[in-house]
Amino acid sequence: MTTVYAEVGFYEPVWIQILKALVIFAVGLQIVPIVLLAERKLLGRFQNRYGPNRVGPFGAMQPLADIGKLLWKEEFRPRTSIQFLFVLAPIISIITATATLAAVPFGNVVDIFGEPVGLYGVDLNIGILYVFAFGAIAFYGIVLGGWASGSKYSFLGAMRGAAQLISYEVAGGLAVVGVVMMAGTLSLTEIVEAQAADGLWFVIPQFVGFLVFLTAGFAETNRAPFDLPEADAELVGGYNTEYGGGGFATYFMAEYLNIVVISAITATLFLGGWLLPFGIDPPTWVDPLVVIAKIGALSFFFIWIRATLPRLRYDQLMSFGWKILLPLATINTLVTAILVVVW
Amino acid sequence: MTYDPGPDVVEVVRGPSPGGLGGAYRAFGETLRGLKTTMSRVVEGPTTIQYPEEKVAVYPRFRGRHRLHRFEDTGLEKCVGCSLCAAACPADCIRVVAAENTPDHRVSAGERYAAVYEINLSRCIFCGYCEVACPFDAITMGHDFEMSDYHRSDLIFTKEMLLAEPLERAPLRAEGE
Repeated sequence: MTTVYAEVGFYEPVWIQILKALVIFAVGLQIVPIVLLAERKLLGRFQNRYGPNRVGPFGAMQPLADIGKLLWKEEFRPRTSIQFLFVLAPIISIITATATLAAVPFGNVVDIFGEPVGLYGVDLNIGILYVFAFGAIAFYGIVLGGWASGSKYSFLGAMRGAAQLISYEVAGGLAVVGVVMMAGTLSLTEIVEAQAADGLWFVIPQFVGFLVFLTAGFAETNRAPFDLPEADAELVGGYNTEYGGGGFATYFMAEYLNIVVISAITATLFLGGWLLPFGIDPPTWVDPLVVIAKIGALSFFFIWIRATLPRLRYDQLMSFGWKILLPLATINTLVTAILVVVW
Repeated sequence: MTYDPGPDVVEVVRGPSPGGLGGAYRAFGETLRGLKTTMSRVVEGPTTIQYPEEKVAVYPRFRGRHRLHRFEDTGLEKCVGCSLCAAACPADCIRVVAAENTPDHRVSAGERYAAVYEINLSRCIFCGYCEVACPFDAITMGHDFEMSDYHRSDLIFTKEMLLAEPLERAPLRAEGE
């Protein structure tokens, strides 16, 4: 008796599914502190300074110190807050970020202990929709957190988060439609396969879509220049103003996990997932490393952008999303549709 | 008849107004330029001076902690206890109690010597007037600047402390550096 959780070519035994879940969870969460440290070190370098270099060799233990400090702090809750939602909101954030990680393919089906195992959590036939669905739920974490805090700054941050989601989720979704049409599938694994078949990563024919999706990705992860829900300069901390200790640590971790996930999705959709350029075909055990390298490169780009661009004003954010990104994505979709039919 | 300002009027050259497709294109180009700028900061490398390990060298005329001096040949103190430094001190942080030199007990080269010479460094403003006021160059401003301590009483430097060599010398800039 096997339960079909997703439509895949085969059903893996339960113990392999559990093992896979554990490994992906462990590896995915190990990337988070690395990205966290890389962000602080690189931001330093981008500003002609060193960044953290006191804790451990080259400051390598800095994430540990950060998280340790936060976890030892008192859990503080404002009197005006709604306790149930206040506790729930960061949990939603981290759960959605982790759940999206399940759809990221790190490689194709390989043989482990005589069992065919797909190097991904699940290969959903609606992979991209799953990612977008959880991306949308992730904003509940922000909106609920800001609203349940019972503070003006948090509330403003939450409202901005909601408005930003509506503006950018549309453009990001439309940008992916081009890729979906070219690949003819929604499954992330098969999209990578389609890029292998063409021998051309979708970043080249879908360059506009790539740019739009990446921009929407910045907005979705609340990263500079679209970090308006946080906007430390105006809103203290935005939706997480009232959070301290574990709650803040959870939000913090969810934010960096989101960077990893968006990088992974971008790498899968546009940068050929586990494929290497120039027709290099390495043994299958290299595939996850290739994906992780691409995640690292894109995360570096996220940090680079943060070091470069100032935060957009609120109306600029809106007009950029609706007047530039959405038309670009629409035109991209139309042109791709026509070309796909004509070819 | 309208006033003709003549050639004094400067033609103002304005950049293209933002907005529209052209604006988006320019913004993209400017973003790339910005990315190049930040990356060149990485190439430059950090300019941080890691203070406790690396120190900035001070200039020869840097006014750090005071020092009292002895004559190099005789080993006698230069200070004769005239209290001119205490009089010149705007922060009123120097206390001098003078005593007579005797043939058996000769401390300084002059008639009198400073039996007590104290500088309260928690009040000192490092103006260097004491150095200017001293007729015998007995007190000068040294190069030490790391004087933080846990107790205020530890910041009252006595004559012995001022006469002694500093424990850790502040690095001095080389000629022309």
